[in-house]
Amino acid sequence: MNAPQKPTMKKVINESGIEVKPLYTAADVEASGGMEMVGEPGAYPFTRGIHREMYRKQPWTMRQYAGFGNPADTNQRFKYLIANGQTGLNVAFDLPTQIGLDSDDPLAEGEIGRVGMSIDTLRDFEIAFDGIDLKKITVSLTINGAAAILIAMYLAMAEKRGYDIKELRGTAQNDILKEFIGRGTWIFPVEPSIRLVGDTIEYCAKEAPKYTPVSVCGYHIRESGATPAQEIAYAFCIAKAYADDAIRRGLPVDEFAGRLSYNFNIFGNIFEQVCKFRAGRGLWAKIMKEEYGAEKPGSMWLRMIAAGGGGGLTFEQPEVNIVRGAYYALISALSGTQTMALCSYDEAYTIPTEYSARISLRTMQLLIEEMGLTETVDPLAGSFYVETMTNEMRKKMEEIMAEVDAQGGIVKMVADGTIQAKVSSQAYQMQRKIESGEFRKVGVNCYRNEQEEDHPVEFHPYNEDDARLQIESLKRIRAERDNKAVDAALTRLRKDAAAGTNVMPALVEAVKAYASVGEMTKELVNVFGRYQEPIRF
Amino acid sequence: MTQAPRRIKVLLGKPGLDGHDQGAKVVARAMMDAGFEVIYTGLRQTPEQIARIALEEDVDVISLSSMAGSHIPFCRKLKPLLEANGLTDKLWVIGGNLPAQDHEALRELGFKGIFPSGSKLDAITEFIRKEVK
Repeated sequence: MNAPQKPTMKKVINESGIEVKPLYTAADVEASGGMEMVGEPGAYPFTRGIHREMYRKQPWTMRQYAGFGNPADTNQRFKYLIANGQTGLNVAFDLPTQIGLDSDDPLAEGEIGRVGMSIDTLRDFEIAFDGIDLKKITVSLTINGAAAILIAMYLAMAEKRGYDIKELRGTAQNDILKEFIGRGTWIFPVEPSIRLVGDTIEYCAKEAPKYTPVSVCGYHIRESGATPAQEIAYAFCIAKAYADDAIRRGLPVDEFAGRLSYNFNIFGNIFEQVCKFRAGRGLWAKIMKEEYGAEKPGSMWLRMIAAGGGGGLTFEQPEVNIVRGAYYALISALSGTQTMALCSYDEAYTIPTEYSARISLRTMQLLIEEMGLTETVDPLAGSFYVETMTNEMRKKMEEIMAEVDAQGGIVKMVADGTIQAKVSSQAYQMQRKIESGEFRKVGVNCYRNEQEEDHPVEFHPYNEDDARLQIESLKRIRAERDNKAVDAALTRLRKDAAAGTNVMPALVEAVKAYASVGEMTKELVNVFGRYQEPIRF
Repeated sequence: MTQAPRRIKVLLGKPGLDGHDQGAKVVARAMMDAGFEVIYTGLRQTPEQIARIALEEDVDVISLSSMAGSHIPFCRKLKPLLEANGLTDKLWVIGGNLPAQDHEALRELGFKGIFPSGSKLDAITEFIRKEVK
């Protein structure tokens, strides 16, 4: 007699490469390492959350990415978002600003104010943040290559408006290593770029101790093709590179580690993402405590923005992205993030309109006001599946970090293009899987519309006048400012950069004299040179 | 004896200042898998650089990947340079974040292949194979 046929069950492997079982029991939790790393929220190893009460005390900060045109346009959008209940700002800069070019640079033509706001001098920051209470609304600057300059500018602007810099909160992205992997707004070669990050960490630890000078981004590495486990592992390797630099300068770990933060991505399988964050929190705490000897709990906290999800959104049937965004927001909330931001449904096409930005904001507000997501801390804890997967994700991350160490470390692997080649090869394989239908995307490889409808996407208009106005404004400032003071500050900047002295005091002086982003960048390029991209496949 | 067909040679450029190169690199790999020889420029190419590389490398296809919205001003500058260098008989292709309302303008600027986000990799490589004689 033939044995009865068993129904075949397809093997499921998540994106991080871990097998997902149809059923989990207490035995799986035990086999994966048990509940040892779970603990209590607000206590080491912080797997369940960095604060005891989490959202009961304060819901996540809502911080939609925004900025376009000139500073006055952006100031209006900021005020619109705040009026609609947004509780933080996440500033988008145009590409010339991001790579240290002034608006009148020939290379900036056609790009001024296009993907973010255009900033040339301190005057622009004064306009952009006019009328915004910087104590109530914390500001995150999405700036990397030119981060040291823009941090100096932000501190100078706040000081000029009478804020106590010692008490000023806010964040700069300032994660240059990931820019070499994805996103690409690098300026200087790898080593001096890391030194500049170190300069900002050191300066802020002393002068602006509540300011967060770095937000290490797994986000863009994931967008470039990394798996969720790699996203966290590579980000931790990068954060360790910055921490090592700070320690080489003689900074005690507890003086700066509490001001490091993270930016992670939220698209993909719900449980894999939630476990990714829980696992990451435990692992980071362990690294800071055991490897770095951190003693303050704050130094062990994985403070983060869980954001975006751009890589999961689709060009096809864009209105379905509203629903995807809602699930991504749910992932963020279940993950215990400090800050949330969502890519808007039209972002595969254009800069979000007021309308689409408001839908994203409302999505997050729904979770707070109607869905009960702020009531109980880490509500998925204790699930056999979630605890097992959290243990397995953490192990996977540790394996990836060990591989990086074995291959010479993240700095070397970024400098020679190894990481870039690896994630881009994965992105290619994923694209092939999507095109073959093996990896399902609704509206893309299944449930396609017979005839694609005219998409209900309103394009954000690009205003050529903004560029002209911005250039005129820069020329006016150059004519009106004290150019002797500018020259003196730029000379100091060049000398400090060459001498290996922290450049932040010189940058603050130059910024206050209304030196432009392009002028300051040129001085640094003269000393550091420019990055040459390794092209590897 | 029949001569082996010449490998199609493609310049794949990242015009302008944008650093989003995931798509460009994915397309580059698809082209290599299709048997093309690919010259990938890396980021931040000016129109002058693209025209120069296309000429020096004697490519059959000049392709661009644009994600940040500056494709029209860029291609307006590139067109006369390609013409001046006698590259009008090459196949010009562009892909990326290209709103439908811009496709006609891109066609008028000489781009025969337009592949907005959502295009299939095989559609791109098949188009190139068909168009390059």
